[in-house]
Amino acid sequence: MENTQTITKDEKQVVTSTRISGSEAVVRCLLAEGVETVYGYPGGAIMPIYDELYKYQDKLHHVLTRHEQGATHAAQGFARISGKVGVAMATSGPGATNLITGIADAQIDSTPMVCITGQVASHLLGSDAFQETDIIGISTPVTKWNHQITKASEIPEVIAKAFYIAKSGRPGPVLIDITKDAQFEEFDFEYKTCEAIRSYKPVPETQPEQVKAAADLINSAKKPMIVWGQGVILGEAEEELKAVIEKAGIPSAWTILGASAIPTSHPLNIGMVGMHGNYAPNKLTNECDVLIAIGMRFDDRVTGNLATYAKQAKVIHFEIDPAEVDKNVKTDIAVLGDAKTSLAALLPLLEAKSHDNWHNEFKKLYDVEFEKVIKNDLHPTKEGLTMGEVLKQINTETKGEAAIVSDVGQHQMIACRYADFKVSKSNITSGGLGTMGFALPAAIGAKMAAPNREVVAIIGDGGYQMTIQELGTIFQTRVPVKIVVLNNDFLGMVRQWQQLFFDRRYASTELVNPDFVQIAKGYHIDAKRVTKREELADAVKEMIASDSAYFLEVCVEKEDNVFPMIPTGASVSDVRLS
Amino acid sequence: MSQENQIYTVSIYTENNIGLLNRISAIFQRRHINIESIVSSVSEIKGVSRWTIVVKVTEEQIKKIIGQIEKQVEVIKAFYHTDDETIHQESCLFKIKSDLLFDERQIQNIIKDSNANIVTVNKKFFVLEKSGRRQELDELHQKLKPFGIMQFVRSGRIAVTKDEMKISEMLLAFKN
Repeated sequence: MENTQTITKDEKQVVTSTRISGSEAVVRCLLAEGVETVYGYPGGAIMPIYDELYKYQDKLHHVLTRHEQGATHAAQGFARISGKVGVAMATSGPGATNLITGIADAQIDSTPMVCITGQVASHLLGSDAFQETDIIGISTPVTKWNHQITKASEIPEVIAKAFYIAKSGRPGPVLIDITKDAQFEEFDFEYKTCEAIRSYKPVPETQPEQVKAAADLINSAKKPMIVWGQGVILGEAEEELKAVIEKAGIPSAWTILGASAIPTSHPLNIGMVGMHGNYAPNKLTNECDVLIAIGMRFDDRVTGNLATYAKQAKVIHFEIDPAEVDKNVKTDIAVLGDAKTSLAALLPLLEAKSHDNWHNEFKKLYDVEFEKVIKNDLHPTKEGLTMGEVLKQINTETKGEAAIVSDVGQHQMIACRYADFKVSKSNITSGGLGTMGFALPAAIGAKMAAPNREVVAIIGDGGYQMTIQELGTIFQTRVPVKIVVLNNDFLGMVRQWQQLFFDRRYASTELVNPDFVQIAKGYHIDAKRVTKREELADAVKEMIASDSAYFLEVCVEKEDNVFPMIPTGASVSDVRLS
Repeated sequence: MSQENQIYTVSIYTENNIGLLNRISAIFQRRHINIESIVSSVSEIKGVSRWTIVVKVTEEQIKKIIGQIEKQVEVIKAFYHTDDETIHQESCLFKIKSDLLFDERQIQNIIKDSNANIVTVNKKFFVLEKSGRRQELDELHQKLKPFGIMQFVRSGRIAVTKDEMKISEMLLAFKN
């Protein structure tokens, strides 16, 4: 470490000082941070750490994934369902580069994760040694922080900082690269958790005058609307949000990563915003008079064309990251700070309201969406199975208590639209990066972090094959995840765009698929295929009733489209129903 | 806010850690913005680095960039300023054949008029140093060009602001 100043807790925090190797120190640091499960893949440059993992296997559970990308997504799934820091490990070179997709995903979706990579010995750095890659250089743009360790004595302080940075403020991924000689080197070990870093202010203070200004504006609003995002979940502000919504009677919509913070069935929950969000909240974004954004970042998939986004509305932005304020949408009032503190301060200043007429406008538009889209998705009369009816069946069997881990594409939008969420942290999906292949390994991590919850992965036939090898991890660890592949023999979302915007030129979107049931059975995972509507209910029931991992393939209509849809570059109010 | 590109001087106070150059420059590279000049040096505070980066962007862009820079864990504080809010200087060196110093009387006058300093003279060449505003450096460069310049190099901009930055107070507040 050069000049980074850290403040640590008092002597009570100090673990007994003993002379141990750098690699043992890594394991003991992880234990000191409360880590119970690590996902990873061994290799030459990280072998000393794996040797220690072997010795500590009764204290620290290492899960061997089948690819390093799977390790990162599993760590993400673990973090997203538990709120704890996920940990992934890999060797140098290709092991480290294989982590990058998961790290980038965690960065854009603000997921707390610490990745530890082995590196060639420090005297070989820069020599193009076997499996040497500049992982610090490569990971810099996609990490919240990263650091290379070349001396064992740096390990405790750097790992303490890594966990502190990953989980504090707006969370994110941190990568620590440790040279092999530092893993072997012995030193006097002591561990202190990191409490603060002088150059880093994770949570800006909530300014009472901004809260007051926000309350005044909300109190004077005739047509207020809330859009909340993952900041509510990361800040554990679900109860505060619910109290605000209920007191002020504000129709409230969510972004894809905000899903499940408030139960789907809550009368003030008006659904999802964005490209495939619900009709009413998209349409009425351009009619509300005050738009209250809470812990969300106005992603382009949420806003559509910015030039026509909520131009009539005053905008209030509750946000932990000052760089997000005015980044995409100009705000009238910015309330910095974490959502829990800000919303708790807001609540007593709000006047109790009901906004009945305004609510009716949402209801009217919901009815339009129901007639034109939802009815056909959930209660189809045509022959082919719809993705929506599969979700409906899963809702029924899990009583809405499952955590839904979705991949990326049509099935993801359907899952987010139709999953019935009762508890927070139940929608685990790759939002910002749109990483196909996310769901299968993320479901493994989620189930391990929350063994008492039902975890159902919903995956398309395309994304499934990007990380299908993680079936091996499921087989080996016996983790009882439920896997549903909605198979339309297409890269469905790309095909939908080709149909709508490229004159049905289906360039490289049709898949010739293997026998997925046979593949699952090859891994000794119970498996079933459903091709007819009358088989669906029993198959879902059997899957959910199973105590072990279960694979269900549902062959759905090949060329169904997901609606509503805001075409790229169009305004939210131009959301299409067909 | 101005939508026109103009020169901004970005001043950043940071910890002195390996890899921060990459992290900061990536913020510009990602947005397809060319860095006109970049200088990293010590600052008035022990152990704290100061960066001076010059870019030509809109005010809206620079505001967002400052936000992204400040977000970095090892950045203490970042500022942006227009030219009239700073005192700024660059420095340049000319390596010129020594013969010219004696054969061309004009060169001696140019050196005198420009307030440039002769750093060293030997039989083969002499080195001329000039610090000042970019325009003054360019003018001298243009005047010397016709005589033949063996080597020319110019530093990035360094700048101090007319207003206070209060970094020490910020760091003191952290300790308390």
